[in-house]
Amino acid sequence: MTITKNVEKEVLTLALEGRLDTNTAPELENKIAEELTADIQTLILDLKELEYISSAGLRVLLSAQKKMNKQGSMVVKNANEMIMDVFQVTGFVDILTIE
Amino acid sequence: MKELKLRAEAKELEKVQAFVRGEMEAANCPLKAVSQVEIAVEEIYVNIAHYAYPSSDGEVTIRCAVSREEGKVLIQFLDKGIPFDPLAKEDADTSLPARERPIGGLGILMVKKMMDEVTYRCEDGKNILSMVKNL
Repeated sequence: MTITKNVEKEVLTLALEGRLDTNTAPELENKIAEELTADIQTLILDLKELEYISSAGLRVLLSAQKKMNKQGSMVVKNANEMIMDVFQVTGFVDILTIE
Repeated sequence: MKELKLRAEAKELEKVQAFVRGEMEAANCPLKAVSQVEIAVEEIYVNIAHYAYPSSDGEVTIRCAVSREEGKVLIQFLDKGIPFDPLAKEDADTSLPARERPIGGLGILMVKKMMDEVTYRCEDGKNILSMVKNL
């Protein structure tokens, strides 16, 4: 998986490319831990190039959402049909802010 | 039925998924079904790697049969690890808000949602997990 970071003032955008699975989820977890400083108010996860997500990936999204609930907001955008399907069946559509 | 045997380690996940994806793509299965099966395969395989063989790396056999005539994909996992029925656990509550959601418990729920039939049995010291996807 490739993670591309962009910071503009208090907005952190992470664009994910590839597969978010058991073996790559720790990479995202570490990246978020590293980049999500206390001054970040908005975290945007751009899933345009994300092809696949499993429960390991969902766990990272959930913990990022919990963090952002405390310090601002999180937005998930450009998820493809397959990934939206996963968000639907797991009830993540109600937890995440999806654009 | 095609078969793949390997050590039950999470890092082998790619090989397992490539095997199943290869079988399904060779039979021209719809892309959506391939992705859904891949998710279910990951959840079960990782479960076996973690729970059936927590301290050592045992062997796991993955079988895959695709029948376009019957419109079905059958996947089986066989291991000789600790008897463990992943389906016995209660499903995660998908209606809870983020702050009340436990981190975890989603894997098996995904398997049940992505596949049409999932069954577990313990036979001759083997865990046998079978799942069917209707095409």
